Amino acid sequence: MLEVTDVGGLATIQDSGRSGWRRFGVPLSGPMDAPAFQAANLLVGNPSDTAALEIGAGEIELRANQDCVIAAAGAGYSLSVYTWEFPLWDSCFVRAGWTIRLRKNGWGMWAYLAVAGGFDIPPILDSCSTYLRGHFGGIDGRLLQSGDQLPIGTPQLPLVDLPARTWVAEARPAYRESATLEVIPGPQIHHFTEEGIQAFLSSSYRVSIASDRMGYRLEGAPLMHSESANLISEGMNIGAIQVPADGQPIVMMADCATTGGYSKIASIIRADLPLLAQCTPGKDPVRFRETTVQAAQEKYRVMMKKMKHGIADL
Amino acid sequence: MRPTIVPLGDSALLVRLGNEIDLEINQCVHALDALLRADAVEGVIETVPAYATLLVHYDPLVVTYEKLSDWANAAADRAESTATRRPRQIEVPVRYGGASGPDLEWVAAHQRLSIADVIHLHASQRCTVYMMGFTPGFPYMGKLHPLLVTPRLDTPRTLVRAGSVAIAGEQTGIYPVDSPGGWRLIGWTPLHLFDPASNMPFLFAPGDEVRFAIEAIDA
Repeated sequence: MLEVTDVGGLATIQDSGRSGWRRFGVPLSGPMDAPAFQAANLLVGNPSDTAALEIGAGEIELRANQDCVIAAAGAGYSLSVYTWEFPLWDSCFVRAGWTIRLRKNGWGMWAYLAVAGGFDIPPILDSCSTYLRGHFGGIDGRLLQSGDQLPIGTPQLPLVDLPARTWVAEARPAYRESATLEVIPGPQIHHFTEEGIQAFLSSSYRVSIASDRMGYRLEGAPLMHSESANLISEGMNIGAIQVPADGQPIVMMADCATTGGYSKIASIIRADLPLLAQCTPGKDPVRFRETTVQAAQEKYRVMMKKMKHGIADL
Repeated sequence: MRPTIVPLGDSALLVRLGNEIDLEINQCVHALDALLRADAVEGVIETVPAYATLLVHYDPLVVTYEKLSDWANAAADRAESTATRRPRQIEVPVRYGGASGPDLEWVAAHQRLSIADVIHLHASQRCTVYMMGFTPGFPYMGKLHPLLVTPRLDTPRTLVRAGSVAIAGEQTGIYPVDSPGGWRLIGWTPLHLFDPASNMPFLFAPGDEVRFAIEAIDA
């Protein structure tokens, strides 16, 4: 059991998400930075989709009530266990009674804390992921708070085999403060003016502070429509960029709606989504570059292949 | 029916059978959805039927866009628009106007109707649940009476209360959970549309018929 002793910001339990329920309007949820979440799990010997703790825009302190092995991954955080500092992307042993802290440090927004055995939390609609807007999943569908007890499941491997493992740099997302994100043209790209499409592909956008796990609002050159911004609602996916009539794009993130009624100019490819997720709202600029489905899928395959060999050989 | 197939990013594919809210097109969408689900193609994660489109979420590590696209094209030929069951009838009590429906006055003024007319036109219409989405259990219903066709907000509200009854374009819907929203709010219902702990988590299913009953009118 890990007990939350102090917490601020967006701390939730997430697994790989709630697939199979989107036809009823239940969002996928899951991690904002999927590769970091998967790496944290793999480092402690868990299947990559196991329930872990996600922290964003805040800090958390926990006390271990049993011996365990943990790993943290992501960006913008530093990990301390007992009196020692550990880098992210490493696993380490935690003795019962020790304190674990994830503190905001440097560029980045989200980090994941996985524990060998995973968090043993009853699933709702087949998933442990917290869906805040729906008030279900994780711990009572809400942000973690002081006093929460997080039960630990049975580890897949002996604990002694798991500490001091490192995730290789090549298998981590290539985080950077001013990223160029690859996009696939959206179903309604023809609903925008030529100038609007040019502005989208040539100017820079800033992530608005009015952003959350549902969507990142972008601020920059308005994307003017040549046809109505509204359409009859259709299915939606994470990474899709919707543009309401005010011309300011909104990127759909982990808790995004399953359907939507605004024109979609493009979609950010899977492999690049973590780069956007980790951007600092109100600060970091992003740019967009067009790619194809085939190139995007190849990039994703390469990323996932690198992740298969993510744990460094000692 | 010849579908148009386009990518939505690198892990979803959108099959479009039309561009309008039309019961026949919508039945084709559900027929195609049933075929795709029955075929259980490897790599397909889930499907989301909508008014005139079917979104297919897939794992690009297992199946390519091209393969899925060919398969959806072939399946669309087989999809027949057949009504498979008698719709359920559900009555939804609504408090119209006031704090329950803060946009009711705006809608009436915009449509040059009295508030009573707007309420009457909304409550007298039998609506069909064409699809679900946006948030858990949100029913997209239509068609609205032509006099009620109203644009969405240019900038969505950041918070709409659960139970809010709203209209947008030719559609009407009910917000099942507190969420952002861009539709015009005309009323509120005490019904719970979504209960994740229940064996039947959703009040509505696609295809249901819905009538709105006037429970109260708040000035």
